[in-house]
Amino acid sequence: MSDTAPLAGPTAGPAAEPRTGRSFRIGPSVGLLPFLVYVFVFLVIPTITVAVGAFRDDDGGYSLTKIRLLGDDTALTALKNSLVLSFSSAALGAVLGALLAYLVVTAPPTNIIRRVVTAVCGVLAQFGGVTLAFAWMATLGFNGLLTQVLADTLGTEESGVPWLYGMRGLVLVYTYFQIPLMVIVFLPALEGLQPQWREAAVNLGATTRQYWTQVAFPLLRPAFLGSALLLFANAFAAYATAAALISQGSFITPLLIRNSLTSEVLLGQRNFGFALALEMVVVVALVMSLYAWLLKRTSRWL
Amino acid sequence: MSAAAWRVTRWILLIAFATYFLIPLAALLNFSTKDPLTRERSLAAWRALAQDPTMTEAITTSLLLAVLTVVGMVVLLVPTMIWVKLRVPRATRLVEFLCLLPLTIPALVILVGMKNVYAWVNYLVGDSPLTLAFVYVVLVLPYSYRAIDASLGSLDATTLAEAARSLGASWFTVITRVILPNIWPGVLGGAFIAVALVLGEFTIASLSHYNTLPVVIVFINKADAPESMAAALASLLFAALLLVLLSFLDRRRHHSGGK
Repeated sequence: MSDTAPLAGPTAGPAAEPRTGRSFRIGPSVGLLPFLVYVFVFLVIPTITVAVGAFRDDDGGYSLTKIRLLGDDTALTALKNSLVLSFSSAALGAVLGALLAYLVVTAPPTNIIRRVVTAVCGVLAQFGGVTLAFAWMATLGFNGLLTQVLADTLGTEESGVPWLYGMRGLVLVYTYFQIPLMVIVFLPALEGLQPQWREAAVNLGATTRQYWTQVAFPLLRPAFLGSALLLFANAFAAYATAAALISQGSFITPLLIRNSLTSEVLLGQRNFGFALALEMVVVVALVMSLYAWLLKRTSRWL
Repeated sequence: MSAAAWRVTRWILLIAFATYFLIPLAALLNFSTKDPLTRERSLAAWRALAQDPTMTEAITTSLLLAVLTVVGMVVLLVPTMIWVKLRVPRATRLVEFLCLLPLTIPALVILVGMKNVYAWVNYLVGDSPLTLAFVYVVLVLPYSYRAIDASLGSLDATTLAEAARSLGASWFTVITRVILPNIWPGVLGGAFIAVALVLGEFTIASLSHYNTLPVVIVFINKADAPESMAAALASLLFAALLLVLLSFLDRRRHHSGGK
Protein backbone atom coordinates (compact mmCIF):
# COMPACT_ATOMS: atom_id res chain seq x y z
CA MET A 1 0.00 0.00 0.00
CA SER A 2 2.78 2.41 0.94
CA ASP A 3 4.14 2.55 -2.60
CA THR A 4 0.86 3.91 -3.89
CA ALA A 5 0.37 6.39 -1.07
CA PRO A 6 1.70 9.47 -2.90
CA LEU A 7 -0.75 8.82 -5.74
CA ALA A 8 -3.69 8.05 -3.48
CA GLY A 9 -4.22 11.74 -2.73
CA PRO A 10 -6.15 12.78 -5.85
CA THR A 11 -8.82 10.07 -5.55
CA ALA A 12 -9.12 9.55 -1.81
CA GLY A 13 -8.49 13.04 -0.46
CA PRO A 14 -10.64 16.15 -0.57
CA ALA A 15 -8.22 17.59 -3.19
CA ALA A 16 -10.09 15.58 -5.85
CA GLU A 17 -13.36 17.33 -5.14
CA PRO A 18 -13.40 19.88 -7.94
CA ARG A 19 -12.47 17.30 -10.55
CA THR A 20 -14.96 14.55 -9.92
CA GLY A 21 -18.01 16.73 -10.10
CA ARG A 22 -21.46 16.53 -8.65
CA SER A 23 -21.49 12.99 -7.31
CA PHE A 24 -18.60 13.83 -5.06
CA ARG A 25 -20.37 16.58 -3.20
CA ILE A 26 -22.97 14.11 -1.93
CA GLY A 27 -20.03 11.95 -0.92
CA PRO A 28 -18.88 8.60 -2.25
CA SER A 29 -20.63 6.84 0.66
CA VAL A 30 -23.85 7.19 -1.33
CA GLY A 31 -22.57 4.39 -3.55
CA LEU A 32 -23.06 2.01 -0.64
CA LEU A 33 -26.74 2.82 -0.26
CA PRO A 34 -28.16 0.09 -2.56
CA PHE A 35 -26.20 -2.58 -0.69
CA LEU A 36 -27.06 -1.24 2.75
CA VAL A 37 -30.76 -0.89 1.91
CA TYR A 38 -30.87 -4.40 0.44
CA VAL A 39 -29.21 -6.02 3.44
CA PHE A 40 -31.43 -3.98 5.75
CA VAL A 41 -34.62 -5.13 4.02
CA PHE A 42 -33.79 -8.80 3.56
CA LEU A 43 -31.63 -9.52 6.61
CA VAL A 44 -31.98 -6.88 9.31
CA ILE A 45 -35.76 -6.40 9.12
CA PRO A 46 -36.47 -10.17 9.39
CA THR A 47 -34.13 -10.38 12.38
CA ILE A 48 -35.77 -7.39 14.06
CA THR A 49 -39.20 -8.87 13.32
CA VAL A 50 -38.14 -12.02 15.14
CA ALA A 51 -36.66 -10.13 18.08
CA VAL A 52 -39.72 -7.88 18.48
CA GLY A 53 -42.24 -10.64 17.74
CA ALA A 54 -40.83 -12.75 20.55
CA PHE A 55 -41.94 -10.10 23.03
CA ARG A 56 -45.48 -9.73 21.71
CA ASP A 57 -48.57 -11.54 22.84
CA ASP A 58 -51.51 -12.62 20.69
CA ASP A 59 -53.34 -9.29 21.07
CA GLY A 60 -50.41 -7.29 19.73
CA GLY A 61 -49.31 -5.92 23.09
CA TYR A 62 -45.88 -6.43 24.59
CA SER A 63 -45.41 -9.21 27.09
CA LEU A 64 -43.06 -11.93 28.19
CA THR A 65 -45.61 -14.73 27.66
CA LYS A 66 -43.83 -16.30 24.67
CA ILE A 67 -40.42 -15.95 26.22
CA ARG A 68 -41.72 -17.71 29.32
CA LEU A 69 -42.99 -20.53 27.09
CA LEU A 70 -39.33 -21.21 26.26
CA GLY A 71 -39.06 -22.52 29.81
CA ASP A 72 -41.75 -25.12 29.11
CA ASP A 73 -40.89 -28.78 29.01
CA THR A 74 -41.31 -29.12 25.22
CA ALA A 75 -39.07 -26.17 24.42
CA LEU A 76 -36.48 -27.03 27.06
CA THR A 77 -36.25 -30.66 25.95
CA ALA A 78 -35.90 -29.56 22.33
CA LEU A 79 -33.17 -27.09 23.30
CA LYS A 80 -31.37 -29.73 25.34
CA ASN A 81 -31.56 -32.23 22.47
CA SER A 82 -30.34 -29.60 20.02
CA LEU A 83 -27.38 -28.75 22.25
CA VAL A 84 -26.53 -32.43 22.75
CA LEU A 85 -26.82 -33.09 19.02
CA SER A 86 -24.69 -30.06 18.12
CA PHE A 87 -22.13 -30.89 20.78
CA SER A 88 -21.73 -34.57 19.89
CA SER A 89 -21.67 -34.01 16.13
CA ALA A 90 -19.23 -31.10 16.57
CA ALA A 91 -16.96 -33.11 18.88
CA LEU A 92 -16.96 -36.15 16.59
CA GLY A 93 -16.58 -33.97 13.51
CA ALA A 94 -13.77 -31.91 15.02
CA VAL A 95 -11.69 -34.89 16.17
CA LEU A 96 -12.18 -37.01 13.05
CA GLY A 97 -11.96 -33.98 10.74
CA ALA A 98 -8.69 -32.85 12.32
CA LEU A 99 -7.33 -36.38 11.92
CA LEU A 100 -8.34 -36.49 8.24
CA ALA A 101 -6.89 -33.01 7.69
CA TYR A 102 -3.62 -34.16 9.22
CA LEU A 103 -3.52 -37.29 7.04
CA VAL A 104 -4.00 -35.07 4.01
CA VAL A 105 -1.72 -32.20 4.95
CA THR A 106 1.33 -34.46 5.23
CA ALA A 107 1.08 -34.95 1.45
CA PRO A 108 2.15 -32.15 -0.93
CA PRO A 109 -0.62 -29.85 -2.27
CA THR A 110 -0.38 -31.36 -5.76
CA ASN A 111 -1.04 -34.83 -4.38
CA ILE A 112 -4.03 -36.48 -6.01
CA ILE A 113 -5.44 -37.79 -2.70
CA ARG A 114 -5.28 -34.32 -1.20
CA ARG A 115 -7.09 -32.85 -4.21
CA VAL A 116 -9.82 -35.46 -4.09
CA VAL A 117 -10.30 -35.10 -0.33
CA THR A 118 -10.60 -31.30 -0.45
CA ALA A 119 -12.97 -31.44 -3.43
CA VAL A 120 -15.23 -34.06 -1.84
CA CYS A 121 -15.17 -32.19 1.47
CA GLY A 122 -16.17 -28.97 -0.28
CA VAL A 123 -19.22 -30.63 -1.79
CA LEU A 124 -20.35 -32.49 1.32
CA ALA A 125 -19.85 -29.52 3.65
CA GLN A 126 -21.49 -26.87 1.48
CA PHE A 127 -24.19 -28.66 -0.44
CA GLY A 128 -27.60 -28.90 1.19
CA GLY A 129 -28.49 -31.39 3.86
CA VAL A 130 -31.44 -32.95 2.02
CA THR A 131 -29.31 -35.07 -0.27
CA LEU A 132 -27.14 -36.22 2.63
CA ALA A 133 -30.18 -37.28 4.64
CA PHE A 134 -31.37 -39.23 1.62
CA ALA A 135 -27.96 -40.82 1.14
CA TRP A 136 -28.19 -42.24 4.65
CA MET A 137 -31.77 -43.34 4.12
CA ALA A 138 -30.56 -45.22 1.05
CA THR A 139 -27.86 -46.76 3.22
CA LEU A 140 -29.59 -47.74 6.44
CA GLY A 141 -33.27 -47.18 5.72
CA PHE A 142 -35.85 -49.50 4.22
CA ASN A 143 -34.35 -51.43 1.28
CA GLY A 144 -31.03 -49.65 1.89
CA LEU A 145 -27.62 -50.88 0.81
CA LEU A 146 -26.22 -51.71 4.25
CA THR A 147 -29.62 -52.87 5.45
CA GLN A 148 -29.63 -55.47 2.67
CA VAL A 149 -26.06 -56.54 3.33
CA LEU A 150 -26.74 -56.88 7.05
CA ALA A 151 -29.99 -58.73 6.45
CA ASP A 152 -28.24 -61.16 4.10
CA THR A 153 -25.25 -61.82 6.36
CA LEU A 154 -26.55 -61.40 9.91
CA GLY A 155 -30.24 -61.94 9.35
CA THR A 156 -31.28 -58.59 10.82
CA GLU A 157 -34.51 -56.76 10.03
CA GLU A 158 -34.99 -55.83 6.38
CA SER A 159 -36.94 -52.70 7.24
CA GLY A 160 -33.81 -50.78 8.15
CA VAL A 161 -32.41 -49.58 11.46
CA PRO A 162 -35.09 -47.79 13.49
CA TRP A 163 -32.65 -45.45 15.25
CA LEU A 164 -31.82 -43.69 11.96
CA TYR A 165 -34.87 -41.47 12.49
CA GLY A 166 -33.98 -40.50 16.05
CA MET A 167 -31.17 -38.71 17.86
CA ARG A 168 -28.53 -41.30 17.04
CA GLY A 169 -29.41 -41.14 13.36
CA LEU A 170 -29.16 -37.34 13.42
CA VAL A 171 -25.72 -37.48 15.05
CA LEU A 172 -24.58 -39.96 12.38
CA VAL A 173 -25.87 -37.88 9.45
CA TYR A 174 -24.69 -34.55 10.92
CA THR A 175 -21.21 -35.98 11.46
CA TYR A 176 -21.21 -36.84 7.76
CA PHE A 177 -21.15 -33.12 6.89
CA GLN A 178 -19.29 -31.95 10.01
CA ILE A 179 -16.10 -33.91 9.25
CA PRO A 180 -15.74 -32.32 5.77
CA LEU A 181 -16.42 -28.86 7.20
CA MET A 182 -13.72 -29.44 9.83
CA VAL A 183 -11.26 -30.45 7.11
CA ILE A 184 -11.99 -27.23 5.20
CA VAL A 185 -11.66 -24.87 8.14
CA PHE A 186 -8.82 -26.65 9.96
CA LEU A 187 -6.55 -27.36 6.98
CA PRO A 188 -5.23 -23.77 6.75
CA ALA A 189 -4.19 -23.85 10.42
CA LEU A 190 -2.35 -27.15 9.93
CA GLU A 191 -0.67 -25.75 6.85
CA GLY A 192 0.51 -22.81 8.95
CA LEU A 193 2.48 -25.12 11.22
CA GLN A 194 6.02 -24.27 10.12
CA PRO A 195 8.47 -27.16 9.67
CA GLN A 196 11.13 -24.85 11.12
CA TRP A 197 9.39 -24.99 14.50
CA ARG A 198 9.72 -28.73 14.54
CA GLU A 199 13.37 -28.50 13.48
CA ALA A 200 14.00 -25.96 16.21
CA ALA A 201 12.35 -28.22 18.79
CA VAL A 202 14.30 -31.26 17.61
CA ASN A 203 17.55 -29.26 17.64
CA LEU A 204 16.86 -28.36 21.25
CA GLY A 205 16.57 -32.06 22.01
CA ALA A 206 12.78 -32.56 21.97
CA THR A 207 11.35 -35.99 21.21
CA THR A 208 8.45 -36.36 18.75
CA ARG A 209 6.11 -36.70 21.70
CA GLN A 210 7.46 -33.57 23.34
CA TYR A 211 7.17 -31.64 20.09
CA TRP A 212 3.49 -32.56 19.80
CA THR A 213 2.50 -32.03 23.42
CA GLN A 214 4.53 -28.89 24.07
CA VAL A 215 4.73 -27.12 20.68
CA ALA A 216 2.19 -28.28 18.11
CA PHE A 217 -0.86 -28.88 20.33
CA PRO A 218 -0.65 -25.58 22.22
CA LEU A 219 -0.24 -23.76 18.90
CA LEU A 220 -3.16 -25.55 17.28
CA ARG A 221 -5.49 -25.46 20.27
CA PRO A 222 -7.18 -22.10 19.55
CA ALA A 223 -7.68 -23.05 15.89
CA PHE A 224 -9.04 -26.43 16.87
CA LEU A 225 -11.45 -25.03 19.46
CA GLY A 226 -12.49 -22.25 17.08
CA SER A 227 -13.24 -24.72 14.30
CA ALA A 228 -15.15 -26.92 16.75
CA LEU A 229 -17.28 -23.92 17.75
CA LEU A 230 -18.00 -23.20 14.08
CA LEU A 231 -19.11 -26.81 13.70
CA PHE A 232 -21.32 -26.45 16.76
CA ALA A 233 -23.01 -23.35 15.35
CA ASN A 234 -23.37 -25.08 11.99
CA ALA A 235 -25.15 -28.05 13.55
CA PHE A 236 -27.31 -25.90 15.78
CA ALA A 237 -28.51 -23.79 12.84
CA ALA A 238 -29.04 -26.75 10.50
CA TYR A 239 -32.60 -27.57 9.54
CA ALA A 240 -32.73 -29.30 6.15
CA THR A 241 -31.12 -32.60 7.17
CA ALA A 242 -33.34 -33.08 10.19
CA ALA A 243 -36.47 -32.02 8.32
CA ALA A 244 -35.79 -34.39 5.43
CA LEU A 245 -35.03 -37.27 7.75
CA ILE A 246 -37.83 -36.74 10.26
CA SER A 247 -41.16 -35.77 8.76
CA GLN A 248 -43.08 -35.99 12.02
CA GLY A 249 -41.93 -35.02 15.47
CA SER A 250 -40.17 -32.04 16.92
CA PHE A 251 -37.58 -33.12 19.43
CA ILE A 252 -34.94 -30.56 18.41
CA THR A 253 -35.39 -26.77 18.30
CA PRO A 254 -35.39 -26.31 14.47
CA LEU A 255 -38.08 -28.97 14.13
CA LEU A 256 -40.08 -27.37 16.93
CA ILE A 257 -39.95 -24.11 14.95
CA ARG A 258 -41.27 -25.96 11.92
CA ASN A 259 -44.03 -27.36 14.08
CA SER A 260 -45.02 -23.92 15.32
CA LEU A 261 -45.02 -22.53 11.77
CA THR A 262 -47.10 -25.26 10.21
CA SER A 263 -49.61 -25.41 13.03
CA GLU A 264 -50.13 -21.68 12.93
CA VAL A 265 -53.87 -22.13 13.31
CA LEU A 266 -53.29 -22.92 16.95
CA LEU A 267 -53.59 -19.69 18.88
CA GLY A 268 -50.26 -18.12 19.73
CA GLN A 269 -48.11 -20.61 17.87
CA ARG A 270 -46.88 -17.98 15.42
CA ASN A 271 -45.35 -15.79 18.07
CA PHE A 272 -43.95 -18.81 19.84
CA GLY A 273 -42.02 -19.44 16.61
CA PHE A 274 -40.53 -15.95 17.05
CA ALA A 275 -39.43 -16.75 20.58
CA LEU A 276 -37.83 -20.04 19.49
CA ALA A 277 -36.10 -18.32 16.58
CA LEU A 278 -34.78 -15.65 18.94
CA GLU A 279 -33.43 -18.38 21.21
CA MET A 280 -31.69 -19.89 18.19
CA VAL A 281 -30.07 -16.59 17.15
CA VAL A 282 -28.87 -15.96 20.71
CA VAL A 283 -27.19 -19.38 20.96
CA VAL A 284 -25.57 -19.14 17.51
CA ALA A 285 -24.47 -15.53 18.07
CA LEU A 286 -22.84 -16.46 21.39
CA VAL A 287 -20.97 -19.35 19.81
CA MET A 288 -19.92 -17.27 16.79
CA SER A 289 -18.53 -14.43 18.94
CA LEU A 290 -16.45 -16.96 20.87
CA TYR A 291 -15.30 -18.25 17.49
CA ALA A 292 -14.32 -14.76 16.31
CA TRP A 293 -12.39 -14.22 19.54
CA LEU A 294 -10.50 -17.49 19.18
CA LEU A 295 -9.82 -16.73 15.51
CA LYS A 296 -8.11 -13.51 16.55
CA ARG A 297 -5.87 -15.47 18.91
CA THR A 298 -5.06 -18.04 16.21
CA SER A 299 -3.99 -15.44 13.68
CA ARG A 300 -1.15 -14.44 16.00
CA TRP A 301 0.73 -17.61 15.11
CA LEU A 302 -0.86 -19.60 12.32
CA MET B 1 6.26 -45.11 15.48
CA SER B 2 8.56 -46.06 12.63
CA ALA B 3 8.15 -44.52 9.20
CA ALA B 4 6.88 -47.76 7.65
CA ALA B 5 4.35 -48.33 10.41
CA TRP B 6 3.13 -44.75 10.03
CA ARG B 7 2.71 -45.19 6.28
CA VAL B 8 0.59 -48.30 6.81
CA THR B 9 -1.49 -46.61 9.53
CA ARG B 10 -2.02 -43.61 7.27
CA TRP B 11 -3.31 -45.77 4.46
CA ILE B 12 -5.60 -47.77 6.72
CA LEU B 13 -7.07 -44.57 8.13
CA LEU B 14 -7.51 -43.03 4.67
CA ILE B 15 -9.29 -46.14 3.44
CA ALA B 16 -11.54 -46.10 6.50
CA PHE B 17 -12.50 -42.47 5.81
CA ALA B 18 -13.04 -43.21 2.12
CA THR B 19 -15.35 -46.09 2.99
CA TYR B 20 -17.35 -43.95 5.39
CA PHE B 21 -17.81 -41.21 2.81
CA LEU B 22 -18.42 -43.39 -0.23
CA ILE B 23 -20.90 -45.92 1.16
CA PRO B 24 -23.84 -43.49 1.41
CA LEU B 25 -23.13 -42.22 -2.11
CA ALA B 26 -22.91 -45.76 -3.46
CA ALA B 27 -26.14 -46.49 -1.60
CA LEU B 28 -27.84 -43.58 -3.42
CA LEU B 29 -26.70 -44.98 -6.75
CA ASN B 30 -27.77 -48.49 -5.79
CA PHE B 31 -31.18 -47.36 -4.58
CA SER B 32 -31.89 -45.17 -7.61
CA THR B 33 -31.08 -47.92 -10.11
CA LYS B 34 -33.17 -50.62 -8.48
CA ASP B 35 -36.81 -51.39 -8.90
CA PRO B 36 -38.27 -51.35 -5.37
CA LEU B 37 -40.62 -54.28 -5.99
CA THR B 38 -38.79 -56.66 -8.31
CA ARG B 39 -35.33 -55.60 -7.07
CA GLU B 40 -34.03 -55.70 -10.60
CA ARG B 41 -31.75 -53.10 -12.09
CA SER B 42 -33.64 -50.39 -13.94
CA LEU B 43 -32.96 -46.87 -15.10
CA ALA B 44 -36.62 -45.87 -14.85
CA ALA B 45 -35.92 -43.50 -11.95
CA TRP B 46 -33.23 -41.65 -13.91
CA ARG B 47 -35.42 -41.45 -17.00
CA ALA B 48 -38.22 -40.03 -14.85
CA LEU B 49 -35.99 -37.09 -13.92
CA ALA B 50 -36.38 -35.79 -17.45
CA GLN B 51 -39.99 -36.89 -17.95
CA ASP B 52 -41.88 -36.35 -14.69
CA PRO B 53 -43.40 -32.86 -15.09
CA THR B 54 -43.21 -32.12 -11.33
CA MET B 55 -39.52 -32.92 -11.43
CA THR B 56 -38.65 -31.02 -14.61
CA GLU B 57 -40.58 -28.01 -13.35
CA ALA B 58 -38.69 -28.09 -10.06
CA ILE B 59 -35.35 -28.43 -11.83
CA THR B 60 -36.20 -25.46 -14.07
CA THR B 61 -37.26 -23.39 -11.04
CA SER B 62 -34.08 -24.20 -9.14
CA LEU B 63 -31.81 -23.46 -12.11
CA LEU B 64 -33.60 -20.16 -12.78
CA LEU B 65 -33.30 -19.29 -9.09
CA ALA B 66 -29.59 -20.04 -9.24
CA VAL B 67 -29.14 -17.75 -12.25
CA LEU B 68 -31.19 -14.94 -10.68
CA THR B 69 -29.32 -15.23 -7.40
CA VAL B 70 -25.96 -15.05 -9.14
CA VAL B 71 -27.06 -12.03 -11.17
CA GLY B 72 -28.40 -10.32 -8.03
CA MET B 73 -25.25 -11.12 -6.08
CA VAL B 74 -22.94 -9.82 -8.82
CA VAL B 75 -24.95 -6.63 -9.38
CA LEU B 76 -25.26 -5.89 -5.67
CA LEU B 77 -21.98 -7.07 -4.18
CA VAL B 78 -19.28 -6.57 -6.83
CA PRO B 79 -19.73 -2.80 -7.43
CA THR B 80 -20.15 -2.26 -3.67
CA MET B 81 -16.94 -4.08 -2.82
CA ILE B 82 -14.97 -2.28 -5.54
CA TRP B 83 -16.44 1.03 -4.46
CA VAL B 84 -15.50 0.39 -0.82
CA LYS B 85 -11.96 -0.51 -1.83
CA LEU B 86 -11.50 2.56 -4.05
CA ARG B 87 -13.49 5.33 -2.41
CA VAL B 88 -14.82 4.44 1.05
CA PRO B 89 -12.15 2.26 2.71
CA ARG B 90 -13.44 3.23 6.15
CA ALA B 91 -16.61 1.21 5.41
CA THR B 92 -14.58 -1.99 4.86
CA ARG B 93 -15.33 -3.42 8.31
CA LEU B 94 -19.02 -2.54 8.11
CA VAL B 95 -19.51 -4.23 4.72
CA GLU B 96 -17.51 -7.26 5.85
CA PHE B 97 -19.59 -7.52 9.02
CA LEU B 98 -22.87 -7.31 7.09
CA CYS B 99 -21.70 -9.85 4.52
CA LEU B 100 -20.68 -12.37 7.18
CA LEU B 101 -23.79 -11.75 9.30
CA PRO B 102 -25.86 -14.48 7.58
CA LEU B 103 -23.46 -17.02 9.13
CA THR B 104 -24.75 -15.95 12.53
CA ILE B 105 -28.41 -15.63 11.61
CA PRO B 106 -29.66 -19.08 10.54
CA ALA B 107 -31.78 -19.32 7.40
CA LEU B 108 -34.60 -20.67 9.56
CA VAL B 109 -34.62 -17.45 11.60
CA ILE B 110 -34.66 -15.28 8.45
CA LEU B 111 -37.61 -17.33 7.23
CA VAL B 112 -39.54 -16.89 10.49
CA GLY B 113 -39.07 -13.11 10.32
CA MET B 114 -39.42 -12.45 6.60
CA LYS B 115 -43.20 -12.68 6.29
CA ASN B 116 -43.72 -8.91 6.33
CA VAL B 117 -40.96 -8.27 3.81
CA TYR B 118 -42.30 -10.96 1.51
CA ALA B 119 -45.83 -9.61 1.75
CA TRP B 120 -44.41 -6.50 0.08
CA VAL B 121 -42.31 -8.47 -2.39
CA ASN B 122 -45.33 -10.50 -3.46
CA TYR B 123 -47.41 -7.35 -3.71
CA LEU B 124 -44.81 -5.58 -5.86
CA VAL B 125 -43.49 -8.33 -8.15
CA GLY B 126 -46.09 -11.08 -7.80
CA ASP B 127 -46.17 -14.44 -6.06
CA SER B 128 -43.65 -16.73 -7.70
CA PRO B 129 -41.01 -19.19 -6.48
CA LEU B 130 -38.48 -17.01 -8.28
CA THR B 131 -38.95 -14.28 -5.66
CA LEU B 132 -36.88 -16.52 -3.37
CA ALA B 133 -33.85 -15.15 -5.24
CA PHE B 134 -34.12 -11.95 -3.18
CA VAL B 135 -33.43 -13.71 0.10
CA TYR B 136 -30.99 -16.18 -1.48
CA VAL B 137 -28.74 -13.27 -2.41
CA VAL B 138 -28.44 -12.59 1.33
CA LEU B 139 -27.76 -16.27 2.10
CA VAL B 140 -24.86 -16.51 -0.35
CA LEU B 141 -23.26 -13.20 0.74
CA PRO B 142 -20.67 -14.70 3.15
CA TYR B 143 -19.32 -17.17 0.59
CA SER B 144 -19.36 -14.78 -2.35
CA TYR B 145 -17.79 -12.07 -0.21
CA ARG B 146 -14.87 -14.29 0.71
CA ALA B 147 -14.26 -15.39 -2.89
CA ILE B 148 -14.37 -11.84 -4.27
CA ASP B 149 -12.40 -10.40 -1.36
CA ALA B 150 -9.55 -12.84 -1.99
CA SER B 151 -9.36 -11.69 -5.62
CA LEU B 152 -9.71 -8.01 -4.85
CA GLY B 153 -7.15 -8.15 -2.05
CA SER B 154 -4.40 -9.39 -4.35
CA LEU B 155 -5.02 -6.58 -6.83
CA ASP B 156 -3.64 -3.04 -6.68
CA ALA B 157 -7.04 -1.62 -7.50
CA THR B 158 -6.21 1.94 -6.46
CA THR B 159 -3.38 2.32 -8.97
CA LEU B 160 -5.44 0.73 -11.75
CA ALA B 161 -8.33 3.05 -11.01
CA GLU B 162 -6.07 6.10 -10.94
CA ALA B 163 -4.56 5.16 -14.27
CA ALA B 164 -7.97 4.73 -15.83
CA ARG B 165 -9.38 7.88 -14.25
CA SER B 166 -6.42 9.96 -15.43
CA LEU B 167 -7.07 8.71 -18.95
CA GLY B 168 -10.61 10.01 -18.65
CA ALA B 169 -12.59 6.92 -17.74
CA SER B 170 -15.84 7.32 -15.83
CA TRP B 171 -16.32 5.42 -12.56
CA PHE B 172 -18.69 3.06 -14.37
CA THR B 173 -15.97 2.27 -16.91
CA VAL B 174 -13.42 1.84 -14.13
CA ILE B 175 -15.59 -0.72 -12.35
CA THR B 176 -16.90 -2.69 -15.34
CA ARG B 177 -13.95 -2.53 -17.74
CA VAL B 178 -10.87 -2.13 -15.56
CA ILE B 179 -11.38 -3.74 -12.14
CA LEU B 180 -14.00 -6.38 -12.97
CA PRO B 181 -11.93 -8.21 -15.63
CA ASN B 182 -9.10 -8.43 -13.09
CA ILE B 183 -11.18 -10.00 -10.32
CA TRP B 184 -13.11 -12.27 -12.69
CA PRO B 185 -11.85 -15.55 -11.14
CA GLY B 186 -13.06 -14.44 -7.70
CA VAL B 187 -16.46 -13.39 -9.04
CA LEU B 188 -16.80 -16.66 -10.93
CA GLY B 189 -15.79 -18.60 -7.82
CA GLY B 190 -18.38 -16.77 -5.76
CA ALA B 191 -20.96 -17.48 -8.46
CA PHE B 192 -20.20 -21.22 -8.47
CA ILE B 193 -20.61 -21.51 -4.71
CA ALA B 194 -23.82 -19.47 -4.94
CA VAL B 195 -25.22 -21.88 -7.56
CA ALA B 196 -24.34 -24.89 -5.40
CA LEU B 197 -25.94 -23.31 -2.32
CA VAL B 198 -29.13 -22.31 -4.13
CA LEU B 199 -29.57 -25.73 -5.73
CA GLY B 200 -29.33 -27.34 -2.28
CA GLU B 201 -31.33 -24.79 -0.28
CA PHE B 202 -34.28 -26.43 1.44
CA THR B 203 -35.11 -24.51 4.61
CA ILE B 204 -36.62 -21.33 3.21
CA ALA B 205 -38.11 -22.88 0.06
CA SER B 206 -39.94 -25.68 1.85
CA LEU B 207 -41.37 -23.51 4.62
CA SER B 208 -42.47 -20.89 2.06
CA HIS B 209 -44.21 -23.71 0.16
CA TYR B 210 -42.35 -23.18 -3.08
CA ASN B 211 -41.49 -26.26 -5.13
CA THR B 212 -37.77 -26.04 -5.72
CA LEU B 213 -35.68 -29.12 -6.47
CA PRO B 214 -34.80 -30.12 -2.87
CA VAL B 215 -38.43 -29.60 -1.79
CA VAL B 216 -39.70 -31.84 -4.58
CA ILE B 217 -37.03 -34.44 -3.80
CA VAL B 218 -38.42 -34.74 -0.28
CA PHE B 219 -42.01 -34.53 -1.50
CA ILE B 220 -41.86 -37.33 -4.09
CA ASN B 221 -39.88 -39.62 -1.83
CA LYS B 222 -43.12 -41.02 -0.42
CA ALA B 223 -44.56 -41.77 -3.86
CA ASP B 224 -41.44 -42.77 -5.78
CA ALA B 225 -38.38 -43.27 -3.60
CA PRO B 226 -35.94 -44.29 -6.38
CA GLU B 227 -36.76 -41.18 -8.39
CA SER B 228 -36.08 -38.88 -5.43
CA MET B 229 -32.82 -40.74 -4.73
CA ALA B 230 -31.81 -40.31 -8.38
CA ALA B 231 -32.57 -36.58 -8.19
CA ALA B 232 -30.60 -36.29 -4.93
CA LEU B 233 -27.56 -38.01 -6.45
CA ALA B 234 -27.83 -36.01 -9.69
CA SER B 235 -27.92 -32.69 -7.85
CA LEU B 236 -25.03 -33.74 -5.62
CA LEU B 237 -22.95 -34.70 -8.65
CA PHE B 238 -23.83 -31.43 -10.35
CA ALA B 239 -22.68 -29.46 -7.30
CA ALA B 240 -19.52 -31.59 -7.18
CA LEU B 241 -18.83 -30.79 -10.83
CA LEU B 242 -19.23 -27.06 -10.16
CA LEU B 243 -16.89 -27.12 -7.18
CA VAL B 244 -14.28 -29.20 -9.02
CA LEU B 245 -14.38 -26.64 -11.84
CA LEU B 246 -13.91 -24.02 -9.16
CA SER B 247 -10.80 -25.74 -7.82
CA PHE B 248 -9.28 -25.73 -11.31
CA LEU B 249 -10.01 -22.03 -11.55
CA ASP B 250 -8.29 -21.58 -8.21
CA ARG B 251 -5.22 -23.39 -9.44
CA ARG B 252 -4.99 -21.24 -12.54
CA ARG B 253 -5.07 -18.16 -10.37
CA HIS B 254 -2.19 -19.47 -8.25
CA HIS B 255 -0.24 -20.20 -11.41
CA SER B 256 -0.64 -16.76 -12.92
CA GLY B 257 0.11 -15.23 -9.53
CA GLY B 258 3.37 -17.15 -9.27
CA LYS B 259 4.76 -15.99 -12.57
